[in-house]
This record gives sequence, C-alpha cells and structure tokens, in this order.
Amino acid sequence: MAELGQIVEKVRSKNAGPFWLTVDIFCGSPEAYARVRDGLETQAVARFLDTPVQTLKRFDMEDLRVVKLSLPRPAVQGTVNDRDMHGAALAALVAEINIP
Amino acid sequence: MSVRILIPSGALGLGYDATALERGIANKPDLIAIDGGSTDSGPSYLGRGVSKYARSSTKIEWAGLMDAARRAGCPLVIGTAGTCGAGSAVDWLLDITREVLAETGHSAKIAVLRSDQGPDVVAEAFETGRVTPLPAAPEIDVDLIQSCTNIVALAGVEQISTALATGADIVIAGRTTDTAIIAALPIERGVDAGLAWHAAKIGECGALCATNPQSGVLQVDFEDDAFVLTPLADGAHATPHTVSAHMLYENSDPYLLYEPGGVLDVTRAVYEALDDTRVRVTGSKWVPSDDYTVKLEGARVAGYQTIVMALLRDRHYVANAAAWADDIVAKCTAKALARTPASEGDFSIEIRLIGQNATLGALETRTSDAVEIGALGLVTAKTHALAGEIAKLLNPYLLHHPLTRDEEQPTFAFPFSPAEIDRGAIYEFCLNHVLRLDDPMDAFSLEVVDG
Repeated sequence: MAELGQIVEKVRSKNAGPFWLTVDIFCGSPEAYARVRDGLETQAVARFLDTPVQTLKRFDMEDLRVVKLSLPRPAVQGTVNDRDMHGAALAALVAEINIP
Repeated sequence: MSVRILIPSGALGLGYDATALERGIANKPDLIAIDGGSTDSGPSYLGRGVSKYARSSTKIEWAGLMDAARRAGCPLVIGTAGTCGAGSAVDWLLDITREVLAETGHSAKIAVLRSDQGPDVVAEAFETGRVTPLPAAPEIDVDLIQSCTNIVALAGVEQISTALATGADIVIAGRTTDTAIIAALPIERGVDAGLAWHAAKIGECGALCATNPQSGVLQVDFEDDAFVLTPLADGAHATPHTVSAHMLYENSDPYLLYEPGGVLDVTRAVYEALDDTRVRVTGSKWVPSDDYTVKLEGARVAGYQTIVMALLRDRHYVANAAAWADDIVAKCTAKALARTPASEGDFSIEIRLIGQNATLGALETRTSDAVEIGALGLVTAKTHALAGEIAKLLNPYLLHHPLTRDEEQPTFAFPFSPAEIDRGAIYEFCLNHVLRLDDPMDAFSLEVVDG
C-alpha cells in the first residue's frame, strides 16, 4: 500500500460551480495511471469522503492519465458550514488515500 | 473564413503580460474578449452586487485593454463585469469606462447588456414551471426566490451577438457564461458551434491552458474545421496535454459542457501540436437542445456573523482543545438562551480549531502534535445585533474558560482588541436552476450609450 500522493504527479481539487467539487488526479506515468485506475475503488472513495456513491462521478481518462472525481459539495459553497470556499483542501485529503 | 480572438487573461484584475498583449494587437484580432467574474470567491459578491477586485487595479487593466482594442481596431467585450455580473457591478465598470474615456480624451460607443432578474419575475416563472433544477440544486420556493438580494441569468452567445451587432466599440455584459464572450463572434461568422464553444472553454482562462499560465495572453484562430491556440508570452507553450487537460478545470464533467441552447461534446476531439507552442483542435461537437434555457444564480442573506479568535499555546490546552471547545459551545449556548431574547434556531455558535481540523472538519483523518491552536469562534444569528451580542458572551469563555473547575483561571492569547470581528451580513447561493426562455433576449436588456 502507498499513499496516492506518493504515486501521482499532482492532485488538484476545485469548485465546479457553487454546488459541486471536482478532484483531478494527474497520475503522470502510464504505470501510475494504471495503478490508480485499478487500485482506487470508487466505493472506498465515497466512504472516505463521506459522500453518496450514487452521485460520485468518476472519469478514468487514459489519454491524459487522469482519474477525475466529481461530487456534490458537502456544504454548498459559502454557506455557514462550508470551511473551504474554493474546495482547495480536498486534494490534500484525497492524496492521503492508501491504494495497493 | 477566419476569425481571430485575443484573450488577455482569465479575468480582468488578474493582470496580463504587456509584451504579449502587444503581439496580440499586432496580429490584428477581430475581437478582444475577457471575463470579469466568477462564483469562485463565494456568494457575498453576488449577494451585495460588488466586485472582488480593487477598483484601482481594474481601472489600470481595463484602460490598457480599451487602448489595445482601439489600436487593434476591434471591439472589446467583457463578460460578468465586476465579479458577479449584477447590475450594480455593471454600473461600476461602466463608471470606470467613462472615467478612462474622459481622462484619455477618447469617446466610444458602449453596449451594456444586463442580466439581472427581478425576483417577482423569477418567482412567476417558477410557478409556471419554467424554472427547473440542475443536479444537486437546493429545494426552492417562491419565498426563497423573493428573498434573493440579486438574481442573474447567464447569457450565452445569442445575447452577446446581439450586443456586438450594435456596432459598439465596447460591450460591458452582466452575468454571462465564461465561454459565451469568446464563442459569440465566431458562431455569428459561421464557424461551427462545436469548435467555437470548445475553443471558448479552453480559452476562457487565457493562458491557463498552456505552460507559463500566469502570462495570461492567448490567441485563438478559427479555421473551417479546426481552431488553433497560441499563447503569446515568452516561455508559454500550449501542448496537446496542457490544452486537453484544461477541459478538467472546474468542470464536473470533462467531456460535456452545458451552455445556453445546447451542450458541447468533446469526447471525440483531437488535439495535435502544430509546433512547440501552438495546438490545433478538431472534432468538437455541438448538440442543440430542444428548449432554450439559461442558468440562474441567486444569493440571499443567510444571517449575520461575528467572529472571535483566541490562540491556545499552553500544552495541556492544545492537547485537550476539542473538549475545551465543546464545553464552551454548550455553556455559551445555554447562556445566550438564558440572557438574550433568542430562541433555539435563532443562532449558532461554532468553534473551529485551526491546527486540528478547521479545514476538513469531520473528514480529517490525521492527528497532529500541534505547537499551538487557533480557536476560531463563529457566531451566526438571525439579526446583526444578536450576532454581536452573543459574540460578546463568547468572548470571556475564549479568554478564560478552564478545563477543570479547581485549577487557577487560565488566560489565552487574543490577537485583537476588540476581540469580536463583525462580518455583517453573510450570504448564500440559493439557486442552481435553469430558466426556459421563448426568445434568448427575454431575460436580458441591452442599451447603447455614448461614453
């Protein structure tokens, strides 16, 4: 097992409008991409992010060697319960997911 | 057919590379297009109808672009003026424009496109079924719609084309999609809509689709069946990878982009390097929709907030900060209910522990042996006065609250006096819906003024 952040080039998280977050995992090499694509289970990500798997969108993009995850914001951007206006910090959390 | 668009940067206020802009002007563009806004900084800007960026900086950059367009002999268009694109933000930029014209001794024909929606009109549209939710939209009702301080609709290419057709030198648009200001002219001149929208999506952040992304300046050229991207700054290179990767940026779906009147599908797009700087793109597809809809954004007051901050450095308190904070919230909530007219539901008290889990809250998985912890107290209430009053109740707890009853009274570090920081009204985005229109201009207004 290894932390995702140790395997890939970069993890970026951003708002995709005020109601969605999107996480882009830039894997770099084809080997890292294959490892993330196969080792990162969508169910496990949903549990880790405490988000319903039904609304967790995932795109495995071989050309770019990117795995992209999009989810409804747990707190709508800027509401009292939102802690991260730009959705920037989710990347750090995803980078700490352990995969085989 | 060839159309050339010059994009100075991802947003007015972020700066642009002056040398690269000069190259762009020398290349004789058909249009200079720049975005003026975003929802990314949160609901307060739309709620209040104000710009995020400093007026001084905006004026200098806008004056530079007005000069550039005059010398290039082409129109200048800005979308989502003043961060949020509400009427007051459009007026703010119009005022800056007139000031620049007066100071430089020039005149210009200015088209002003407004995107503001009356809450009553939107409420009526909602009741007649013309307002429908997008994925992850909040529940809404007529009262909520009418409580919005600002509602805007996102204009598409039809409205921008109408504004450009006035022959204006400068188009100042309220809320538009980031892409519409770039896609409008090529579509008007017969470029394939798929190519135009795709180029616009790639180009909307300027040179962010290339290396040296902060240089800003990007040129987009349309050919019969392709578009070509050329970043103009020294050291900026577009590659098939940097360009195609930009479809990921702030998009929940990297292949489909919903716009007024249809959806862009880039599943089969092909990106090829022309040299080490330019990328040529083909294969983008536009799928028109049956109905013409525009997205709505609305913001309303969500309460009033006063914050208080204390710093814990004592090792014992750092180690037990969560228990300390929980106890304060419980005791202060009880005191607020006892000593103020407030009832439950009129206010909330929260303490976020900076250095522990303030960023991620319950999602945090790591624990740290922090040197110090910032205790950020948030008091949110239904009225301004109540938020201030309860923050004053919270103040002595954050200063002196002991973990155990019998210990000597502790004192923590306050960085400010007064310790309470009044944030005034706080806002929330409350619409993630589309409005169906019979005619694209139905929800927008256009006037042409001389400046």
